[in-house]
Amino acid sequence: MEGALTPDTRPAPAAPPPATAPARETQLFTAPEIMCGGCLRTIETALAETPGVEAARANLSARRVSVTFDPDITSPELIIAAIKHAGFSAAPLIEGRDEVHAARVSELMPRVGVAGFAAANIMLLSVSVWSGHASDMDEHMKTLFHWISALIALPAIAYAGQPFFKSAYAALSARRLNMDVPISLGITLATAMSFAQTMRGTHHVYFDAATMLVFFLLVGRLLDESMRARTRSAAENLMSLKALTATILDADGTVRQIPSRNLQPGMTMIVATGERIAADGIVSDGLSEIDESLISGETLPKRVARGDRVHAGTLNTAAPLRVTTTATEDNTLLAELSRLMLAGEQTRGRYVRLADRAARLYAPAVHLLGLGTLIGWLVAGHGWEIALTNAIAVLIITCPCALALAVPAVQVAAISRLFGQGVLVKAADGLERLSEVDTIVFDKTGTLSLGEPTLALDQPIDADVLARAAGLAIMSRHPYAQAMVRAARARGIEFDPQMGINEIPGSGLSMMTPEGEERLGSALFTGVTVTDPRQAASLWFTRPGRAPVGFRFEDRLRSDAPATIAELKSAGYQVEILSGDRPDAVADAAHVLGVSAYQGGVRPDEKLARLTDLKQQGRVTLMVGDGLNDGPALAAAHASLSPSAAADIAQNAADAVFQGEKLGAVVEALKVARRAHRMALENFGIAMVYNIAFVPLAVMGYVTPLLAAIAMSTSSILVTGNALRLRGMNLKLAPVAASKDQVQE
Amino acid sequence: MTSLAWLIPAALFLGLLGLAAFMWALKNGQFEDLEGAGWRAIDDQPPGPQGNKAPQGGNKKPE
Repeated sequence: MEGALTPDTRPAPAAPPPATAPARETQLFTAPEIMCGGCLRTIETALAETPGVEAARANLSARRVSVTFDPDITSPELIIAAIKHAGFSAAPLIEGRDEVHAARVSELMPRVGVAGFAAANIMLLSVSVWSGHASDMDEHMKTLFHWISALIALPAIAYAGQPFFKSAYAALSARRLNMDVPISLGITLATAMSFAQTMRGTHHVYFDAATMLVFFLLVGRLLDESMRARTRSAAENLMSLKALTATILDADGTVRQIPSRNLQPGMTMIVATGERIAADGIVSDGLSEIDESLISGETLPKRVARGDRVHAGTLNTAAPLRVTTTATEDNTLLAELSRLMLAGEQTRGRYVRLADRAARLYAPAVHLLGLGTLIGWLVAGHGWEIALTNAIAVLIITCPCALALAVPAVQVAAISRLFGQGVLVKAADGLERLSEVDTIVFDKTGTLSLGEPTLALDQPIDADVLARAAGLAIMSRHPYAQAMVRAARARGIEFDPQMGINEIPGSGLSMMTPEGEERLGSALFTGVTVTDPRQAASLWFTRPGRAPVGFRFEDRLRSDAPATIAELKSAGYQVEILSGDRPDAVADAAHVLGVSAYQGGVRPDEKLARLTDLKQQGRVTLMVGDGLNDGPALAAAHASLSPSAAADIAQNAADAVFQGEKLGAVVEALKVARRAHRMALENFGIAMVYNIAFVPLAVMGYVTPLLAAIAMSTSSILVTGNALRLRGMNLKLAPVAASKDQVQE
Repeated sequence: MTSLAWLIPAALFLGLLGLAAFMWALKNGQFEDLEGAGWRAIDDQPPGPQGNKAPQGGNKKPE
């Protein structure tokens, strides 16, 4: 970059390699297994020994590693390999789709520091002045102290109050009212009046109250924002780990790994058995079965051969494939889904947050009260000066400090409680919307169920047979084979991995024994004639001289799904199942769960239509889904949840992501959301009581600076303390019937 | 009372010093890994050749 500022117009030398400064890149990687202090050193030491790495620093709080490296020598893939070699899984960080934030943590922190400094120092001076009333402090000294306070307060408020002023200005220019409008007005008036009073040398100086107000509100906002940043970063870590990499076969025959986002149309990918396909494409070689459950909800694998189209995110189950990538054209599934998602988001409309709804009522009331005070004192014949002072005192005392903390304090407590339980609330207003829900729509595959095949338990299988079959199955990466191994291990059956196994892709496994050939595979491969159509997708195990044994697999429901659905129903929620899977599979699941409203074979646009339908009936819906096909429905629902194993599009669209095997997280999220809603209202109540107590004093002209400072801090502390109770509370899911009045505006 | 003439500026100066230290700490990424910093302090091995050097910008998102 040197010479950029000199007016040198000569053409730059063709290739001036800057010998001193090699190109450096810094990239973040997520490594979720960083759990201890020792891990930091292990990773940093491993990376320090990697050629091309200039600096590496692991972060225990964020579970991330920041690496600066020379891209000419090493690459992100090599760095990940080095971290993996050290014993940790890692993936390049992909940043999620961000919302527009009013203020960020890095922007708020210095403002909190400045406001804290100002509040502490001004309070020191103010306490002297107040105690001076009782002792012999003379007027000059008081005025001097006021001037010093002004000197600190004016620049501090001008700098630290900016988040509020900006937000209020944005709201006013959009002809709306939010909580920041009365806050900004209160702060500005308090400061301006105090300055005027200081110049005249009188007593109504509120610098302490104004700076403390800014400080408290900033702390509330900082906590809110940092909790949100923490959940967002955890959600990004989850997504990054799931991001796909593709194995590319170049024209010259070399094979390399690249992240899926670097894929270009026309590349040839090699997709191994058990891998997810990284991009849309057309099969150019191979014959396999594709599990499309993440896209369509269909649990039965689909056969693909040369010339067939395959979609990103689907799982190759049977045999390696070569896939030629295609461009994301307008007619692909993904493009269609994005269009539907956009349509879904539009039907949701703008949600007005609780605090802003309160501000709409509160701000006009307060401003009228101020005006009333002014007119009242004028009518009583006290002149402009006193009337104005008292009117401003009313506005200062009603400045909604506690009201502005009422919602964020509760949100911080609620989100951190849910964070501890593995539920990451990503959307800023997600909890509020979640609390208003009365109808819950579930997807089946991957949401109510685990989304992976499990050996069905309704058939008696001999332990000996299972052990033998598992011994064969352990050699294969086919989902059925892996499910069989899991089932054998779950039953505590010991088995020996067999040698000399031959895998025939798309068919099964075979092994020669002295007695003859043992086969584990499809009906066709094992030569079994199937009469029951349900057995078609199963595995058969044949041994010479014995009857064939069939293994049926099912997509098992999450262990606590029946209990969860029962709890939701008993609390009065309407529960529905909308799935892209075969209607009979959906009917089975619905029957087990006791859900009467269900639909199978539903396409993404039909899911969206159903949700729009429900909305028109006046229902407030929560969509719980994981597949790409749920994306539009998740975007359209009033609130949405996704399991952490969900497709990235679904996770991006959802308000919250829950981790782990338990569906009970849905109930917990609802409980906390509704309790948080009640608590926010409680906090509004506390703030109101304080106003009712102090506003009459202000109207009468009895509010002194001391009283204002005490009133404002105590109400803020009360409201925050009340919110903190949420963290340890024992919650029950209350009946939902009463929430009908909470409909979206 | 004349002692106030230097006591108040002194108090303010000390306060500003604290504020400046806080700002410096913020800018240098001292608050980026609060958990990890505690563990690093009790790690009694000598620092590695370059392992403990922070990349530029700490753990902030690369531009």
